[in-house]
Amino acid sequence: MPQKTLTFAFMDAPYESANLTTAFRILDAAARRGHDIKVFAYEGASALAFARQTPHPNPVHGKNLAEENHPTTKDQVAALLVEAAKNGGKVDWVNCGMCVDERGVNEFVPGTRRGSPADFQAFTESSDNTLVIPTK
Amino acid sequence: MAKKSLNIVESAYRAVMEEQDDTILWLIAAMQDAGGAHTVVLRGNAVNYAIGGQGAPGLTVGEWKQTQAPKMDRDVADLIENRKIPVFIVEEDLAERGIDSDELVPGVKLLSCRALPALFAEYEIVSHW
Repeated sequence: MPQKTLTFAFMDAPYESANLTTAFRILDAAARRGHDIKVFAYEGASALAFARQTPHPNPVHGKNLAEENHPTTKDQVAALLVEAAKNGGKVDWVNCGMCVDERGVNEFVPGTRRGSPADFQAFTESSDNTLVIPTK
Repeated sequence: MAKKSLNIVESAYRAVMEEQDDTILWLIAAMQDAGGAHTVVLRGNAVNYAIGGQGAPGLTVGEWKQTQAPKMDRDVADLIENRKIPVFIVEEDLAERGIDSDELVPGVKLLSCRALPALFAEYEIVSHW
């Protein structure tokens, strides 16, 4: 399959909906196929790559930190970057600058960057296809 | 004595993969452990939580793998068996979805929507999640 350039825009905040699980499953599939991936993380989704996310134990589950192995989206973003590179693809992950400022989440995992709607515009212009998963 | 609290859970599977549970069932369990007196009614799409044997595979992103994917039937059973929280399920919502009562985890109580007003009257707090 020829390599494609795919743009994604997400809006949901971590830990608030099922949309991001679907998004990461699609991103993983694209990375495994070596496609170039462009992500515009908008509004709540601008916290996906926030570097200070911390996993926690879960007393209701009766599990300590290691046993609970709680997911953080920053780890999923970092794993996506590694997987894409391993398969010859690239990820340009842009965190909406105004959105991260609003939320105080302007520390990102390495390999992602601050940007603006102009990046999203450029992404869509240069991509084979675009998928938007908005907040409902 | 704690106020009796009825929790109607309707929103289902919202971020359960990321949280590895349902945030509302988790909250109710934690509040029960803190001395609460809670009851749960599953309605709408949340009736699916009580179906035994369910569970999605954990999320995988490259080499990152989720190891503790949620099991909603296990969490419903935990409310009933370990936390002693009564769990009702609206039988009309089950029927609409073609779910038979023998598919449910043990201990869930069937309830007609016509019986809900009388149930509400037994509680000091009714929360619709």
